[in-house]
Amino acid sequence: MTAAVRAEWTKLRTVASTGWLLVVTVGVTVAVSAVAASVLHVNRGSPQDPTKLSLAGVQIGQALIAVLAVLAVSEEYGTGMIRVTLTAIPRRLTLLAAKAANLAGLTMLVGLIAVAGCLLAGRLILPGAGIDPAHGYELISLSHAPTLRAAAGSVLYLVFIGLLSLGVATAIRDTATSVGAVFGLLYLPPIAAQLVGDPTWRRHLEQIAPMTAGLAVQATTNLRSLPIAPWAGLGVLAAWAAVSLLVGGMVLRLRDA
Amino acid sequence: MSVTSAPPRPTDKPASNSFRSVLWAEWTKFRTVRGWIVALVLAAAATFFLCYETAAGPHTGGCSGLPAGAICTSAPPTVVPTGPGGEGVADTYEFVHHTLTGDGTVTAKITSLAGVTATNASNVQGSPSASHPGLASWAKAGLLLTPSTTQGSAYAAVMATGNHAIHFQYNYTHDTHGVAGTVTKSTPRWLRLVRSGDTIIGYASTNGQRWTEVGSADLSGLPATVQVGLFATSPLTFQGGTGYPTLATATFDHLNFDGRPASNSWLGQDIGIGRTSFYPTLASGSYHRSGTTVVVSGSGDIAPAVVQGLEGTHTASSSLLLGLIVGLLVVIVVAAMFVTTEYRRGLIRTTFTAIPARGRVIAAKGVVVGSIVFALSLVVMAVIVPLGQHLLRAHGNYVFPATTLTQARIAIGASAVVAMAAITVIALSAMVRRAAAAITAGAAVFVLPFILATAAGGGASEWLLRLTPAAGLSMLQALPHYSQVNYAYTLSNGYYPLTPLAGFAVLCGYTVIALTAASLLLNRRDA
Repeated sequence: MTAAVRAEWTKLRTVASTGWLLVVTVGVTVAVSAVAASVLHVNRGSPQDPTKLSLAGVQIGQALIAVLAVLAVSEEYGTGMIRVTLTAIPRRLTLLAAKAANLAGLTMLVGLIAVAGCLLAGRLILPGAGIDPAHGYELISLSHAPTLRAAAGSVLYLVFIGLLSLGVATAIRDTATSVGAVFGLLYLPPIAAQLVGDPTWRRHLEQIAPMTAGLAVQATTNLRSLPIAPWAGLGVLAAWAAVSLLVGGMVLRLRDA
Repeated sequence: MSVTSAPPRPTDKPASNSFRSVLWAEWTKFRTVRGWIVALVLAAAATFFLCYETAAGPHTGGCSGLPAGAICTSAPPTVVPTGPGGEGVADTYEFVHHTLTGDGTVTAKITSLAGVTATNASNVQGSPSASHPGLASWAKAGLLLTPSTTQGSAYAAVMATGNHAIHFQYNYTHDTHGVAGTVTKSTPRWLRLVRSGDTIIGYASTNGQRWTEVGSADLSGLPATVQVGLFATSPLTFQGGTGYPTLATATFDHLNFDGRPASNSWLGQDIGIGRTSFYPTLASGSYHRSGTTVVVSGSGDIAPAVVQGLEGTHTASSSLLLGLIVGLLVVIVVAAMFVTTEYRRGLIRTTFTAIPARGRVIAAKGVVVGSIVFALSLVVMAVIVPLGQHLLRAHGNYVFPATTLTQARIAIGASAVVAMAAITVIALSAMVRRAAAAITAGAAVFVLPFILATAAGGGASEWLLRLTPAAGLSMLQALPHYSQVNYAYTLSNGYYPLTPLAGFAVLCGYTVIALTAASLLLNRRDA
C-alpha cells in the first residue's frame, strides 16, 4: 500500500495540470469570496451570516477540485497509462485507495489554504460593507465555535467533493463525460430546488443533494432555517462520496481496463 | 495466387477544400460516433421530461405545503382580465361616469391628487387604517372613455399621475405623455377628452385656455354610445421586491360636458373590485360631490398586468429553465468532446493536413453541432411550449396569454441560445484543446453566471445577465417591461434586464469573439 501511495503521489505531483489547478483553485476560491463580500449590500431587514458569506468562494472552487479529481483517473484511461499502472499494482482496490488517499491529502491542504484565505478576505472586506461590531456583527474569528466548525467543515467539504468526483471518474473513465456528470450532480439540484414550488419537496431535495446538504456546514446563524443540520449535511455528502467510491471501486474491480 | 483488387485511382481533381466538403467531413465525423448522437438525443429527452414535470408539478396557488396525498380544493383560479390586444391586464379603478352618444367633449380641472400607502405588503388584506400618507408615483386620475365597464374592455384616458406628468393612455399598453409637473393647489391641471368618430384625443392645459394635445387613439369599432367620466386608481408601489397597495384621492371641479356644465346623472362605480380580482387593492373606491366639486378615490391599476408575484401565476416560458440548463450541460460536454477528442487521438493532425484552412474546420464543426443541437432543441420546444402552458392551465394555474409570435420566439430563441452555446464551446475547446478545461470553461461561461444571478439577486444579478453570455437567456422572457408600470422587474419574477434580441446579440457577440480568437490561435500554433 505504501508503495502504491508513493507511486500515485509521484504521478499526481509530476503532472503539470495538478500544480496550476491547485493554484487556480486557491485563487478562484478566495477571489470569488472577496468579490461576493465587496458587492454585498446590507439590507437592514435580513441579518447576514458573515462566515457563510466569506466562504462563498467554495461554491466555485469545488468545481476545480472536481476537475483535479476527475483528471487523476480519467487521464490515465485517456493516455492508456492505466494498463501500465494496473500491471504494476494489480490490486485494483489498493490502487483506488492510494489515489483517494493522495487526493484527500492534497485537497485538504489546498482547502485549508483556500478557506483561510476566504476567512481573512471576509475579515478584512466585510466591515467595509457594514458588517462590523458597530452593526452588531462580530469580526470573523476562528475562536468563535460556529465559525471554526464552518471553516473545518468547508475543508472537509472540498475533500469529499474530490472523493465523490474520483469515484464518478473511476466509473465513467472519460474526462469530458465525468466532468459533465460531476458538474451536473453538483449544480443542477440547487436550480431544480429553486423551481420546485412545493416547499416540502424543495426541502427534501436540498437535504439529499450533495452541494446543498454539504454546504449547510457553512452556516453560523439562523440554523433553524437550514434544510439540514450542519454536520448531518456534511454526512450526506460523505455518504455520496462513499457510495461513489464504492461503485467506482466495484466497477474497477469487475471490468477490464 | 491471390486476386488483389487495385486501390481506387485518385481522381484527377484534388480533394476539394471548399466549405461544403469540410462541412461534409465534419458531419461524417460527428454522426459516426454513436455516443455523441445518443447523448444529444438523451439530452433532448431529459429536457422534455424536466420541462414536462415542471409544468405538471404546480397546482393552483395557495395549496403548496400540503401533506402528501392531500387534494387541493381551495383557492379559485385567479381571474386576470384580458385586454383588447389579448394580453393580461389590470383593470381596477373607481369610475364616475355618464353616457355619451356620438361625438362629444368632456373637460375637467383637477386641483389635487393625494394618496396613502398600505403599511402591509400586498399579500396581506389591505386596510385604510393600516396605511400612511404617500402617493404612488403611478397613481392615476383623470378622464376616461370606454365602451363598457366590463374589465378588460377598450378605453382611452387622459390623466394626471403621481409624479409622471400628464399621460394619455389607451388599451392598456399604449402610453404617451404631455405637460410635465405634478398636480398641486397652485398648479392645477385641466384635462379634456374629445371623441370624434372612432378617434379619441386627449388634451391638457395649465390654465384652461391654451390646450396642448397629449395623445390620440384610434379605437376602431367603438359603438355609438360609450361611457365617459372621471376615474381614479392607484397601483402597488414597490420597495425592494415587495409591493404595497395604495389608494389615491383626486379632487375635480369645472366638470364640463359637451361645452355645458355637467348634469347630475353621474353614476359612481367600482370597476373590478369585489370580484375574484387578482389586483391587490387597499380599499374599494368611492366618490362624493359637493357643489361643483367631485372627489374620487380609487385603488388598483389600468395597465398591462405584470407577474404580480402571485402564487400559481405563470408565463409561456416559466417551465423551461431547468430542462434547458440540463440540456445545455450535455451539449457543452458533447461539443467539447467533438474537438478535444481529435486532439487526444491525434486525429487533428490528419484533419489539418487534409484541410489546411484551420478556421474553416472550426467553423464547420460549429455549423454541424450547432445545427444538430438547434434542430433537436426546436423539436422539443415546439412541443413543450404549448404543452407546458396547457398542463399549467389544466391544473388551475393562470398562465399569461402569449401570442403565437411570442411562443415561436421563445421556442426558436431557446434553441438558438443552446446552438450558439455549442458553437462557442467548439471555439473554446479548439483554444484550450483539453476536455476538462473546455468543459469547465463552458460551464463557467454559460451555466455559472445564471446560477450566480439566481443566487445573488439585485444589481449583481442584473449585471451578470447583461454582460455574460447568460444574457442570451433573455430570449425566454415572455412579458415585456412596461415603463408605465412600477414593478420589481427581477429574474425571480421572470424578467431579464435586456430585451430578448439584445440579450441574444450579447451571446452572439461572445460567439463571434471566441470563433475569431480560436481561428487566429489555430493558425499561429502547431496542432
